[in-house]
Amino acid sequence: MTSNSLSPGVFQNRSLVRWPAFNLEMVLIYIVLLLVLITTIVPFYWMVTTSLKMDEAIFRMPPDLLPSPATINNYQQVFDLMPMGAALVNSIKIAVIATFGTLLSSSMAAYAFAKIKFRFRNVLFFGFLATMMIPGQVTLIPLYILFSRLGWIDTHLPLMVPFMLINAYGVFLLRQFMMGIPDAYIEAARLDGASHLQIYFRIMMPLCKPALVTLGLFSFLGNWNNFLGPLIFLNTDSNFTVPLIINSFRTAYGTNWGLLMAAACVAIIPPLLLYLLAQRFFVQGVALSGLRG
Amino acid sequence: MSQAKVFKPMGTIEADTPSASVRKRRGLTSEDAWGFFFILPQVIGLVVFVIVPVVFSLYLCFANWDFVKPPEVVGLSNIQSVLADEDFYTAIRNTFVIVLTIVPLTVIISLGLALLTNRNIRGLALFKAGFFLPMVTTSVAIAAVWYWLFAPDFGLINAFLSMFGIQGPGWLADPAWAKAAIVIMISWQSMGYFYILFLAGLKHIPQEYYDAASIDGAERISLFRYVTLPMLSPTLFFVLTTMLIGSFTTFDVAYVLTRGGPVNSTYTIVMYIYDLAFRYFKMGSAAVASWVLFIILFVITLVQFQFSKLWVNYDQQ
Repeated sequence: MTSNSLSPGVFQNRSLVRWPAFNLEMVLIYIVLLLVLITTIVPFYWMVTTSLKMDEAIFRMPPDLLPSPATINNYQQVFDLMPMGAALVNSIKIAVIATFGTLLSSSMAAYAFAKIKFRFRNVLFFGFLATMMIPGQVTLIPLYILFSRLGWIDTHLPLMVPFMLINAYGVFLLRQFMMGIPDAYIEAARLDGASHLQIYFRIMMPLCKPALVTLGLFSFLGNWNNFLGPLIFLNTDSNFTVPLIINSFRTAYGTNWGLLMAAACVAIIPPLLLYLLAQRFFVQGVALSGLRG
Repeated sequence: MSQAKVFKPMGTIEADTPSASVRKRRGLTSEDAWGFFFILPQVIGLVVFVIVPVVFSLYLCFANWDFVKPPEVVGLSNIQSVLADEDFYTAIRNTFVIVLTIVPLTVIISLGLALLTNRNIRGLALFKAGFFLPMVTTSVAIAAVWYWLFAPDFGLINAFLSMFGIQGPGWLADPAWAKAAIVIMISWQSMGYFYILFLAGLKHIPQEYYDAASIDGAERISLFRYVTLPMLSPTLFFVLTTMLIGSFTTFDVAYVLTRGGPVNSTYTIVMYIYDLAFRYFKMGSAAVASWVLFIILFVITLVQFQFSKLWVNYDQQ
């Protein structure tokens, strides 16, 4: 799984300027980059340190750079006052199921659009692309009505089932990737008597691993971070997802900053871990989506 | 895995496949059947969760519905009431102001960073990871942090400004500055994503182009103007399109930071749709507002595609 298999040439280093021993320009560039890096990191730093501070230390001016003394009291309260543990389970369950569903269904459709010559293929593919134009807000209200008819309100189904079954962007991304896999592989397998199902599972899926990992990561994050959906479809505390818990810390308890920051920290740990583990795939995936555009 | 169970019914078709590309009769070939089988889950999703809701949403534009009584067709009155609603115009105006500030600001920052780092930079992986970090984190969580950073009296931003003797504004409490606060946060959050797009686009430009232009005596500015910009135009086009659509439909950040206030100064179209539907239960009017949003996006995308013929250079490689 090299970067080349995703997008050849993108990650080669082609420098415009050779690396000099010392020059003013490079120094200035590093200063700019460091300043931007500090700007991106400071809110996270603030979030983590505040979550570990004692209540009376939180508003100290000028602020303490490090919590002294540090306490995990806020974290305990986050789990005691609100069903944060249940929310973590809910969020993980929703994100994992939606992601596997989306990977299966969109890779199947992508395989058909890329490698099977069937009737109406182009019309149907165009239909998929056209739906990418429609903003989610248009379908939101009818979907709410549909889900309330089905008795799905205040369950996790509205947050999983649609994502499992429709992902035009995923179909598009995977189809583009599969187009790059030579037809000869498939023809050879067909001559050996393999069915499309066998080709799909045994040949295409392993070859598409980089694209599947990328799509899976983005799908997981999208579902984990989803806020509007749970806000509309969920009512009971015990069904809440993590973003809703964070939101309720602001309304139900005024604004207890220590608690809020601890809850926020809990919320970003899973995406952060995922990001650190699979950073390469994120960068590749973003670059890939752009070069197709 | 449970997948095996799902695929069992297709065993009959599997038996047909050896004659793959040969059309046996005038009906469906086995290739057709396989194709339909593979796209079936997504087609069901497309019909149930997109096409039917879109059609129903069109119907709702002309009907009254509050969830309680059955819907009744009311003609154009939803459209009239939305068009007569002052909040609607406030929401549109705010959304346009926010979008038209976010887009240039984010493009300048992310493209600028990409240009700066499109060379041998030690520790580039670290910078990339750092810039992209805000993108992967939960908006609601990180917006809560920014809510505090922006606090007028005890927030970090004003504390920082006061070090230079600057009296910081009221940010989220001040109608004039609340939009700026939202723009800053969204820009901060999405910058890393577009930075990586731009950097990938820049790396794609063959070094020979620069070499050739340099031999002809081109200065840095003209290299940018006549080599970088045209070669980067497809990426720029993609970025602009995604960013415009993304920032028009943004909800999380503004909702957490301001809930639309103060004095409606950050009230956006999506919040307006949300309020109509889920606070006032005017489903018809909410549907109308959502179609207005769709039309705005559609027109902008169309105009962009038309204009793209003038400046986007797809004629490469």
